[in-house]
Amino acid sequence: MSEETAYLISDFFTYLLNGVAQGSIYALIALGYTMVYGIIKLINFAHGEFYMIGAFIGYFLISSGLPLYIALPAAMIGSGLVAVSVERLVYRPIRYAGRIPALITALGTSLFFQYLGQGTIGADPKAFPTAFENTTYQVGDVFISKIQIVIFLVTMVLMTGLWYVVTHTKIGKAMRATSFNMNAAELMGINTNRIVSFTFFVGASLAGAAGVLVGMYYNTVEPMMGLIPGLKAFIAAVLGGIGIIPGAVLGGLTLGIAENMVVGFWISTYRDAVAFAILILILLVKPAGLLGTNRKEKV
Amino acid sequence: MSTILEIKDLNVHYGAIHAIHGINLKVEEGEIVTLIGSNGAGKTTTLHTISGLLKPTSGEIVFKGQPIQGLPAHKIVAQGLAQTPEGRMVFPDLTVGENLEMGAFLRNNKAEIAADLKKMFTLFPRLEERRKQHAGTLSGGEQQMLAIARAYMAKPKLLLLDEPSLGIAPILVQAIFDAIVEINRSGMTVLLVEQNAYAALKIAHRGYVLTTGEIAMQGPSAELISNEEIRKAYLGH
Repeated sequence: MSEETAYLISDFFTYLLNGVAQGSIYALIALGYTMVYGIIKLINFAHGEFYMIGAFIGYFLISSGLPLYIALPAAMIGSGLVAVSVERLVYRPIRYAGRIPALITALGTSLFFQYLGQGTIGADPKAFPTAFENTTYQVGDVFISKIQIVIFLVTMVLMTGLWYVVTHTKIGKAMRATSFNMNAAELMGINTNRIVSFTFFVGASLAGAAGVLVGMYYNTVEPMMGLIPGLKAFIAAVLGGIGIIPGAVLGGLTLGIAENMVVGFWISTYRDAVAFAILILILLVKPAGLLGTNRKEKV
Repeated sequence: MSTILEIKDLNVHYGAIHAIHGINLKVEEGEIVTLIGSNGAGKTTTLHTISGLLKPTSGEIVFKGQPIQGLPAHKIVAQGLAQTPEGRMVFPDLTVGENLEMGAFLRNNKAEIAADLKKMFTLFPRLEERRKQHAGTLSGGEQQMLAIARAYMAKPKLLLLDEPSLGIAPILVQAIFDAIVEINRSGMTVLLVEQNAYAALKIAHRGYVLTTGEIAMQGPSAELISNEEIRKAYLGH
């Protein structure tokens, strides 16, 4: 093996690790997108703001000296509660008003939180405090940082937890029942409004966790930080098949890895273009997403 | 016998359409009562209004002495009234076992739930065989069995069945109606909505005939089944 090939291979693995870290973040945000869509067929464009709110809760708590193992759950709960309030006060009153009003309301809610953040905290980026000393490990010629390892571990734990809740608990099964058909779920005695609240809570708390992780990874937080990752997570959710929980994970990882390969081997400014090209491509070739089946809706 | 369900002067609108015109209906404890009528007569609308999926414009629905009109559906289930949804609506991505578990969503007594599950598996052995299968893989007839068993698992005082014979292989229709009789004999009151008037009248104690949102006729099943007009309109001979 020539020296050049060896470099290419080690570069490949470094970019792959970066991609998996980035993709884990996308996946965590995409899960909330896809779960909310699965339940009430709403594309919640304010979902990126739950991620931003989580990042800021983490920022304030870690700045005040609290350790990550307290700041992270607190950020998750905080984002979750904001999302539950948004659903209750904003989305529920217009639930049966149709898709376009819902979409416009979601965009409005997104702007509301972005400008609320700018008005109260300020528009300038804040330096995220260090939660722990970051070190970079070298395995052969491949580099991996401690923060990346934390991202992998936290993502794995949260996704395993989510999988357990959705497949093994009564409320998780009720969630799947509600996402299939709300009336049928109501006829089981399931309070579907409560399930919708629960779904917003879980989805937003995953996004909140992603916010804290990103704060640590890139060292900055600002009120507009939810915009692009929110859109990317939406692409990830569509890529995997919107409404399908494993699809969000697959879509997030695929997108994260694809972006980092573009950055590493091609031109870094093409990163966002590639993400949107993937969206257009999937909509043209397989609109239901990678894991989606074109199930006929019964009349 | 005491009255378990009484509908008084019920009016329901679907947007601008006046779908149900002041109907009156009674179900006594222990009965099988059937509501028959052709497509679009308002059978499902009536059922959905009873179970809380639709809100009536006016009128009263009294269940076990309490008015229930306008309550959300899940609260009506909690009072002891369960309905199989139109078109079965079994949860396709949940297993047969999980579907039945959802039926018992509001119950907590594990021993009683297990006993009822056993009863349903005795009544519908196919469901036990397919317990771990996703409900979406079942045949239409099996899905109907599951829909009935799932509603039974709520252990309601009154079971509402929406067209259990719809889209089912004729060979299974009899088995499903036999099961309904069996469930009724175990002490559950049944309100059966059917288009298949003959099969429904054969197992019901009394019947109501719904025509474009109004009760056109009512009486003991034996009378309705021999009524000349009904024979012509619904029974085809």
